[in-house]
Amino acid sequence: MAPRPRCLTEGASRLMSLTRATPLAAEHQQLGASFTDFAGWTMPVRYTSDIAEHNAVRTTAGLFDLSHMGELEVVGACAARALDHSLVGTPSKIGLGRARYSMLCAEDGGVIDDLVVYRLADDHFLIVANASNTAVVRDELKQRIAGYETELRDTTDDWALIAVQGPVSAQIVAPLTYTDLTDLKYYEITETKLANSNVLLARTGYTGEDGFEIYCRPADASQIWAELLRVGTPYGLKPCGLACRDTLRLEAGMPLYGNELSRELTPFEAGLGRVVAFGKEEDFVGREALARRRDEGAQRVLVGLTSSARRSPRSGYAVLDPATGREVGTVTSGAPSPTLGHPIAMAYVEGIYQEPGTRLQVDIRGTHDDVVVVPLPFYRRQES
Amino acid sequence: MSVPTELHYTADHEWIALDGELATVGITAFAGEALGDVVYVDLPAVGTAISTGDACGEIESTKSVSDLFAPVDGEVVELNEAVVADPGLLNTDPYQAGWLLRVKVTGPTKLLDAAAYEALIGGE
Repeated sequence: MAPRPRCLTEGASRLMSLTRATPLAAEHQQLGASFTDFAGWTMPVRYTSDIAEHNAVRTTAGLFDLSHMGELEVVGACAARALDHSLVGTPSKIGLGRARYSMLCAEDGGVIDDLVVYRLADDHFLIVANASNTAVVRDELKQRIAGYETELRDTTDDWALIAVQGPVSAQIVAPLTYTDLTDLKYYEITETKLANSNVLLARTGYTGEDGFEIYCRPADASQIWAELLRVGTPYGLKPCGLACRDTLRLEAGMPLYGNELSRELTPFEAGLGRVVAFGKEEDFVGREALARRRDEGAQRVLVGLTSSARRSPRSGYAVLDPATGREVGTVTSGAPSPTLGHPIAMAYVEGIYQEPGTRLQVDIRGTHDDVVVVPLPFYRRQES
Repeated sequence: MSVPTELHYTADHEWIALDGELATVGITAFAGEALGDVVYVDLPAVGTAISTGDACGEIESTKSVSDLFAPVDGEVVELNEAVVADPGLLNTDPYQAGWLLRVKVTGPTKLLDAAAYEALIGGE
């Protein structure tokens, strides 16, 4: 039996002085949010209903406060080379105003964090880290860039981050900025004005939908939030909490650090070996171990599982071979999919079980439910 | 969040309406809000003997799974089929349409009154 909370209030919490509040805390309170402590921050977990918020992002749009995310800026003549050395990707090849998904790996190839790297200028990069890992990433990067003519600044406190995600996002953002959004492609970023404030406007997200992430000054966050709500509400925009962010990213097959990614795993287990650029000029931390893992092949690989049962596989549950009952893997994330209407999960399984169509079982609190391996993602948006 | 004064409660966030030896059991609005949207309810069959504090069912939301703990000693005499079919009733109407079980109480009960429960959840 997997461990589970003893009492029904798991996830509930009150505002505590030990945690940090975002610049939008008053807005969330006024909207009646339930809060949760997440990586030292007090964050809205939901405003009304997880499922309604999830569906808003899939059908119209959702508004998220992501100010807990960590911002690290690398500036200086050798910033690009320093990052080529520090990360598994090749930030020096990122075009101006573009973004790339990358990872910071340890010497042994283990994932320290997954990151989005934006190139703001030739010598200026913005790295966005998971809230739970920001301090570790900052300290690690500081050491790794020490020999280069460049500087690292932790600007987490200088940025608030608001995301608008969903198919009508562009219609909501467009009237608030003079930037022509048709010129801002997926994974691009531009400096602009939005609701009369200076912002970095990026076409990125973590929901599987079109959408924007708006980096702004904390003092401007309330006004931008209010303007987005004002323009967006007639389109069906809903404020959205972290609970639906998790089911949205799961449906989109996106890994979550701490679930699908960890120090014990390399990008290859997660099916993300493509983020490792072995061909780059600069030697980089983890190269040897990662090359070995690439050549040997991963012992366990990340797969998607679906089920027609009512109960969902959850993180930590054992995956079994139905023929022998042997444990052949572990669930990393799972939930009832609001969009698909049945349970979905991601799991690490032994390589021989990774083929789509393979029938497996999951030990769901003592009973063995049938699941089937499916390709990721579970959900892909229709290109408009 | 208001806590109905006529009901009894447990520290596991269940409410109990006592009518002679018959107890109607549900979960509180506080629990419903903490869980998020409930999508699946697993209840003990009619005739099952339950004893105080033991897990006797499950409540699953998009976010998590929690045990339902027996609030009293007794025998399950009726299930709310409507809430099994539409678990969202636990979120929308936890004290009326969202009731879970009727139990014939067979032993002494040890329950909180509304004031004690309200104090427990911080007087929200």
